[in-house]
Amino acid sequence: MTPDTTLDTVIDAVSAVFMVVGAAMSLGAAIGLLRFPDLMSRMHAATKPQVLGLFLLLAAVGLQLRTWWVWPVLLLAWIFQLLTVPVSAHMVGRAGYRTKHLHRELLSTDELEAVVQKAAAKDTAASDAEDDDDSA
Amino acid sequence: MMQLVLVITAATLSLAAAGAIVRIAVGPSLLDRVLAADVLLAILGAALCIDMAVNRHLNNLMLVVAVSVIGFIGSVTVARFVADRREQPSDS
Amino acid sequence: MSRRRVSLRQELPLLVWLVFVWGALWQNFTPGNLLFGAVLAVLVARMFYLPPVELSGRFSILQAIPFALQFLVKVAAASFQVFYLAVARGPKVTNAVVAVPLRSHSDLMVTATGHVISLIPGSLVVEVDRSTSTLYIHALNVRNPDDVVKFRRSVREAEAGLIRIMGTEEELAALKQEVDA
Repeated sequence: MTPDTTLDTVIDAVSAVFMVVGAAMSLGAAIGLLRFPDLMSRMHAATKPQVLGLFLLLAAVGLQLRTWWVWPVLLLAWIFQLLTVPVSAHMVGRAGYRTKHLHRELLSTDELEAVVQKAAAKDTAASDAEDDDDSA
Repeated sequence: MMQLVLVITAATLSLAAAGAIVRIAVGPSLLDRVLAADVLLAILGAALCIDMAVNRHLNNLMLVVAVSVIGFIGSVTVARFVADRREQPSDS
Repeated sequence: MSRRRVSLRQELPLLVWLVFVWGALWQNFTPGNLLFGAVLAVLVARMFYLPPVELSGRFSILQAIPFALQFLVKVAAASFQVFYLAVARGPKVTNAVVAVPLRSHSDLMVTATGHVISLIPGSLVVEVDRSTSTLYIHALNVRNPDDVVKFRRSVREAEAGLIRIMGTEEELAALKQEVDA
C-alpha cells in the first residue's frame, strides 16, 4: 500500500462516507421501529437498511479491498438480498393485514378492504367461522 | 481516519441494535418481534460488512449472505405460520 | 418423460446466471473455471427441472442501465425520506392501501414490478390479484386522494420502465400508444 497517491485518500474518504451513511440507515430503521405506530409502517422502515444500507456497506468493502474480483461476489450478495427482501416483506405484510394488525384509523384510503370483505363473506357462508379475536 | 469511522459506526449500530431489542421486548405482537429480529440481523450483517471494510478482508462475506438468508427464512416461516393459524376469517 | 422441451435460447439467461454465480463464488473468472461452471450449470438445469420462466425473448440493455441507475437514486431518496418521516412525523404518519392495476398480465412482469416497488422504501405489496394483475400496495405517508393518484402513477411508471426493458412486443406497442395518446 503506497500512501503517496491522492487517489487513495479519495477512495478512503468515499468508503468512509458510505460506511457512516450505511450505519445511519440501520439507525434509521431502529428509529422507525420505535416511532411508527403500527406494524405496516414499521415494515417500511425495516426494509431500508437491508437494501440501501447493505449496498453502501458492500460498496465500501469493494472500495477498500481495491481488487476487481471482489465486485462480482459483492454484487451477488446484494442481488440475493434484493430477491429475498421483498418476499419476506410481502409475507409479513400480508400476515399483518390479515390478522388485523392494521390500524385502520391510520389509513387514508384502503382499496383492498372491499375485496377482502367480499372474499370473507364468501368464506363465512361456506364454513361458520368462530370468533377468533386477535390475542397476540 | 478508519479508526474514527469505526468508532462512529460502532456507536450508530449499537444504538440501532438497542432500538431493535427494545422493539423485540415491547412489540405488541409476534409479527412486530419478528420484524425487529430481522432488523437486528440486518444490523449484525452491517457490522460484519464494516469489519471487512475496515480490516480489508473478505472472510465474513459468506456469513453476511448466510445471515440474510436466515433472516429471510425465519420471517417467511413465522409469517406463514401466523397466517395459517388465523386462516379462518375472524371478521364477518 | 413427457416434460416439455425447453429451447436452449429460453434457458440461456438461466445458464449464464448460474455460470456467473459459479465464477463469483470462486472469485475466479479464468476460462477453465467458467467452462467447468457451464458444464455444472447444464447439469443442474437438466436434473433439477423447474417450470421455465416465460421470458419475452427481448432484453434491452440500453434501457436497463438507466433504469437501474434511476432505481438506485429512487431507493436512496426514498430511504432518506422514510428516515425523515420516522424522526419528524413518527406516530402521526398516515398510510393507505392503494390498488394499482397493471398493464401486463405476465407473471414475470407482475413479480418484477412488485419487487421493484417493494424494494423502494415507503411502499410494500400486501396482496396480488393474479387474475386481474392488480397489486394492492401499502404506501407510507399518503394523506389524500391527490397523493394516491401520484403514487399510482409512480408505480405504473416503474412498470413502464420494466416493459421497455423486457416486455413483449405487444406490451411495448400498447405502452407506446398510451404515451402518444
